[in-house]
Amino acid sequence: MSADSNLSKATANPAVDGSELIRFDRVTKRFGANTVLDSLDFTVSSGKHVTLIGPSGSGKTTILRLLMTLLKPDEGTIKVGGEYLTHEKKGEKLVPAGEKHTREVRKNIGMVFQQFNLFPNMKVLRNVTEAPVHVLGMSKEAAEERAHELLDLVGLTEHVDKYPTQLSGGQQQRVAIARALAMRPQVLLLDEVTSALDPELVAGVLDVLRDIAHTTDITMLCVTHEMNFARDISDDVLMFDAGRVIESGPPEKIFTEPEHERTREFLSAVL
Amino acid sequence: MSEISWGLWELLLQGVWVTVQLTVFSAALAAVVAFVIGLARTHRLWIVRFLSGAYFEIFRGTSALILMFWIFFVLPIGFGWQLVPMWAAVLALGLSYGAYGSEVVRGAISAVSPAQREAGIALSFSPAQQLRKIILPQAWPEMVPPFNNLLIELLKGTALVSIMGVADIAFGASLVRNATGQSAPVYTIILVMYFVLAFLLTRGMRVVERHAKAGIGKAPEKRVGLRSRLSPDQVGDIARSGAAPAGGAGR
Repeated sequence: MSADSNLSKATANPAVDGSELIRFDRVTKRFGANTVLDSLDFTVSSGKHVTLIGPSGSGKTTILRLLMTLLKPDEGTIKVGGEYLTHEKKGEKLVPAGEKHTREVRKNIGMVFQQFNLFPNMKVLRNVTEAPVHVLGMSKEAAEERAHELLDLVGLTEHVDKYPTQLSGGQQQRVAIARALAMRPQVLLLDEVTSALDPELVAGVLDVLRDIAHTTDITMLCVTHEMNFARDISDDVLMFDAGRVIESGPPEKIFTEPEHERTREFLSAVL
Repeated sequence: MSEISWGLWELLLQGVWVTVQLTVFSAALAAVVAFVIGLARTHRLWIVRFLSGAYFEIFRGTSALILMFWIFFVLPIGFGWQLVPMWAAVLALGLSYGAYGSEVVRGAISAVSPAQREAGIALSFSPAQQLRKIILPQAWPEMVPPFNNLLIELLKGTALVSIMGVADIAFGASLVRNATGQSAPVYTIILVMYFVLAFLLTRGMRVVERHAKAGIGKAPEKRVGLRSRLSPDQVGDIARSGAAPAGGAGR
């Protein structure tokens, strides 16, 4: 893609040194009597692309939603870039964080949703510029210039002036990717981003994400059922079952010679 | 009808003007109340929800007429000053129709998909920004049709003020009826007057609704008016006969 040079410029990312960026420390999440995550520990290093796989209901999406603070953990703590996400240090004690603290830490994280969730009351360009202008305090001109770069990158230059409802699902999802990148997040969360798309539109969206994965140093956490895509972009694959990581490793290992019986069953069902 | 002199007609027309004023002022107050109470009822703090919910229940459950009397006759006992009947009426109508309107606001807000709020959180908008930039603009088009209903209810509700001697349409009508002794023509005339006012409000709200829908990318519904279904000759005939086709009043 000719936009590659644009891409690295558009998403240039500070402070990538392979150090620990995300840490889950004994995180438990319950929905009623159902324990979705069970004292989960894991870390993601800066710049890594991590794919979460596993049967539905195994807690993959819950991890992304916890990181985006759409859910709060029942027990345990989450750190992003060394800062507690939903907790604050008050003296020696760790207390639940206020909205402002959480919002500050959260600015480092972007998310693309299964159902796109574009704002239908804003045209495409404003979907991408609104948060940089009103949350990051960018000037309107700078935000629009960057939005045009990003929309060019996802191949939607000619649609900037349309409302989301006038676009196909694949186009909407590519706008959503541009919208998330416009905030220059250190971490990009991808929550089954192609599951709601018609089959013929999936490839276009995955191509854009492959580009981003290969040409930027943004850290990615990805929940997907597209195993080929996972194999292409991942540094690490985590296999979940019943709220725990039962196996992890590089994609070549997980996809070709998994150790765990449960992983073998799962992969033979989806591949 | 010929027996109704010009002076009496003037009385009725002045009544129309008073009714229009009452409707506009009460609607303005009701709109403010509807948004304040409606938003408060979706607030995350339970005490705010409780107080606004109490307001809603109390003002929905009390008669606007009694409320008007209460404001006019009882409030002065406590405060030592009395509102003129016109403003007592505006206050009573605004507060009670505002309560109804708050339900419209609350309903429209909760009808916006939770995923929209999540997208707002993911972009780190503050709760106030989420409301202002994402939730309300999407809820607004849903509010317009029920607001139109309430507005027309309010217009007709203003007739209550005639009991307190405010010279609105209904008050004018009773004066004219007393002067001429004729009920049928007078009440027929004001029936038509209320209808015309309500019809104008509806046309106005249609325009508001179209704008609101266009603002969220929903193409305005294609108008299949009477005019487009008739041949030009027929339209000409109707125009000559003096009946305005319904499709022509919108713009």
